[in-house]
Amino acid sequence: MKSRVLVVDDDPALSEMLSIVLRGEGFDTAVVSDGPRALPAVRELRPDVVLLDLMLPGMNGIDVCRAIRAESGVPIVMLTAKSDTVDVVLGLESGADDYVIKPFKPKELVARIRARLRRTDDEPAELLSVGEVSIDVPAHQVSRSGQPISLTPLEFDLLVALARKPRQVFTREVLLEQVWGYRHAADTRLVNVHVQRLRSKVERDPERPEVVLTVRGVGYKAGPP
Amino acid sequence: MFRGLGHLIAELQAIFGAAWRRSLQLRVAVSTLALCSGVMIVLGLLLQTEIAERLVQGKVDAARIQMETATAELERDLSGVNPDDEYVAGTLNKALDRLSVTTLTDQPSTQNAGDFRAVLATEDARGGNQAWAGRLDTIPLDLRRAVQSGALAVEFKTVDGVPMVIYGQPVRTAGRDLQFYLLFSLSAEQRTLGLVQSTLIVGGLVLILLLAAVTSLVTRQVVRPVQQAAEVAERFADGHLEERMPVKGDDEVARLAESYNEMAGSIQSQIRQLEEFGALQRRFTSDVSHELRTPLTTVRMAADVLFASRDQLPAALRRSSELLVEELDRFEALLADLLEISRLDAGMAELGAERTDMQSVVQRAVEAVRGLAEESGTRLELDVRAGVYAEIDPRRVERIVRNLVANALDHGEGKPVQIRLGADEDSVAVLVRDHGLGLRPGEAGLVFNRFWRADSSRARRSGGTGLGLSISLEDARLHGGWLQAWGEPGRGAAFRLTLPRKVGGELDGSPLTLVPTDEPMDAVLVHSTESTAVAAGAAEDGAASSEVGQDGLATDGAGGADHVTSAGIGEQR
Repeated sequence: MKSRVLVVDDDPALSEMLSIVLRGEGFDTAVVSDGPRALPAVRELRPDVVLLDLMLPGMNGIDVCRAIRAESGVPIVMLTAKSDTVDVVLGLESGADDYVIKPFKPKELVARIRARLRRTDDEPAELLSVGEVSIDVPAHQVSRSGQPISLTPLEFDLLVALARKPRQVFTREVLLEQVWGYRHAADTRLVNVHVQRLRSKVERDPERPEVVLTVRGVGYKAGPP
Repeated sequence: MFRGLGHLIAELQAIFGAAWRRSLQLRVAVSTLALCSGVMIVLGLLLQTEIAERLVQGKVDAARIQMETATAELERDLSGVNPDDEYVAGTLNKALDRLSVTTLTDQPSTQNAGDFRAVLATEDARGGNQAWAGRLDTIPLDLRRAVQSGALAVEFKTVDGVPMVIYGQPVRTAGRDLQFYLLFSLSAEQRTLGLVQSTLIVGGLVLILLLAAVTSLVTRQVVRPVQQAAEVAERFADGHLEERMPVKGDDEVARLAESYNEMAGSIQSQIRQLEEFGALQRRFTSDVSHELRTPLTTVRMAADVLFASRDQLPAALRRSSELLVEELDRFEALLADLLEISRLDAGMAELGAERTDMQSVVQRAVEAVRGLAEESGTRLELDVRAGVYAEIDPRRVERIVRNLVANALDHGEGKPVQIRLGADEDSVAVLVRDHGLGLRPGEAGLVFNRFWRADSSRARRSGGTGLGLSISLEDARLHGGWLQAWGEPGRGAAFRLTLPRKVGGELDGSPLTLVPTDEPMDAVLVHSTESTAVAAGAAEDGAASSEVGQDGLATDGAGGADHVTSAGIGEQR
């Protein structure tokens, strides 16, 4: 089955070009050209990935991102013309999983999309636990003391990566490679922002984390099981 | 001990000198005081002399009248006395007693010369005195002689510690003349004079003190607004552009304040305007860069689609697609650099400083251009050791080193390029040296200019944007560091990046020498120390953009001049 990509971009030429490239790579594509129509399209089409331009008419890309994230865990990749810290961090904090800076090479974009679509179908029946949090890997379910917690696929992947090797400290670079699929060193802010998001969902007190611990100067590790 | 005292005096002098130079109020007050004191001393002296003269003159006149009265009386009394008589002394005494009583009571008070003592003496043929009444010993001899000659004589003399005016006159008798003297005490006059003197001195001092206070107050009135104006101007100069002087009344100070405020207003509006222009310009650059990105992305993807299937295209189209993709790479690099420099210009750039191993940064930068080096067949010689840590923004420093090495590869003509890392307590430095064409006189100051090219006909292997070194310079500045260039035709060029080890640290030198000392021995022996000194000097004042080293290194007759340019943080302040 083909994966479906929803392109949200106001520039028709770029949207068309994206469609051509993505279809060439074997994806199904759908295009919406403004912000307010993005959310209905997500509901209706149930895409596997959303490509979202940050600069949109009608509705700010960041608001669109927040709206989608509020009701769906669908992976969101931002397209941004700005590499300024503030914009990128704002986008990530509003729920985007990854971002690509314009102008990008088609291969780069496709790699980012594929990384978000990676599904480990043949996962063994695995039950992990970190502190009070238990993770049912094949079922993609996380719960704390029996209460289910809703995580996006990316947050889930991040938590699983940490929980699988409880004693190991992961550097940000290693997490970027394992969770985001970056081969080369990339923006470590991705990791920081998503760790914050993950903590806000799984920790009892995000200020004093027990599940995802920071190892100063090195990276992160999972708390004791 | 004396030395210490001298030191103290010198110090006090220095302090006073400084206060004298700094305070208009002090100068005016002191000058006024000095002048007034002089005038008052002169006036006081004149006044005192005049008063003294008047007092003495009055006394003398009164004494004279009394003298004449007394003489007339004595002549009446003693007309029948024989001076040679044996008992004449008794007679004389009696006459004097009478005199004291009568003169004291008869005279009107205005003509009264006051208390007196009288002396009567006989005189013999030889001029000596045989008999006398009163204290003849108090009468000076020259006065006696004058009286002997028959005239009225006067003299001043201090008797028993009391100043006296002494009158002498002969008194005619039946026989020889008698000598008659009257001594008037001047002690009352002296007391009066003393009183006058002390009154003058005390009055003068009080007057001077009052004058000092008044001058101080008056100058304060003038100086105070000037001080206020200075304070306002200082704050204005510090960037508080809305500072204005208060305008009070209609006097000169108010006029000064008004014109100052007008000036400040016009400066402020001009600065605002310039700032707005600058902001607009930067906004524009940034917007253009952003707006270009979306169509560029489309073009880029289209080109990549064509490029991916270039094998199916005829030769001309295939080459076209290749060129399209290559040039798009350049275009993108240029756009990225433009955006970066507009961000740096706008002061929007952030220094993401963290403690970093310099070796890894240099290594990464070198790896990034490794392909370029292999293409041009250039050997990269690294002299880099591990364990040199500095608080830097690794992304920016890596970019600087990458730009420097790429630049060296561009102009190194395939000869080896050396990359050295140096460090001392406060700073770290990276030196990139090539042995290519070098820089002509004056060019070391231009290499950091945007879009500047050493030789427009020279090919650029790395396809650099022409902004690399400018961005590197801005990045170095952002760290509070220096980026400096040296070059000489035929000897190649060297670029040195010096950064403080701690964020906010001050640089006062670089651990590496910019001007190379690896030249042939004869050249080295003559210039090495000098070259070093000049490079360090150029670094120290942080100034540059001109050929700082030209004069110092021009001794190399045949080789031409060296050119050192440092572009430090202080350059554009």
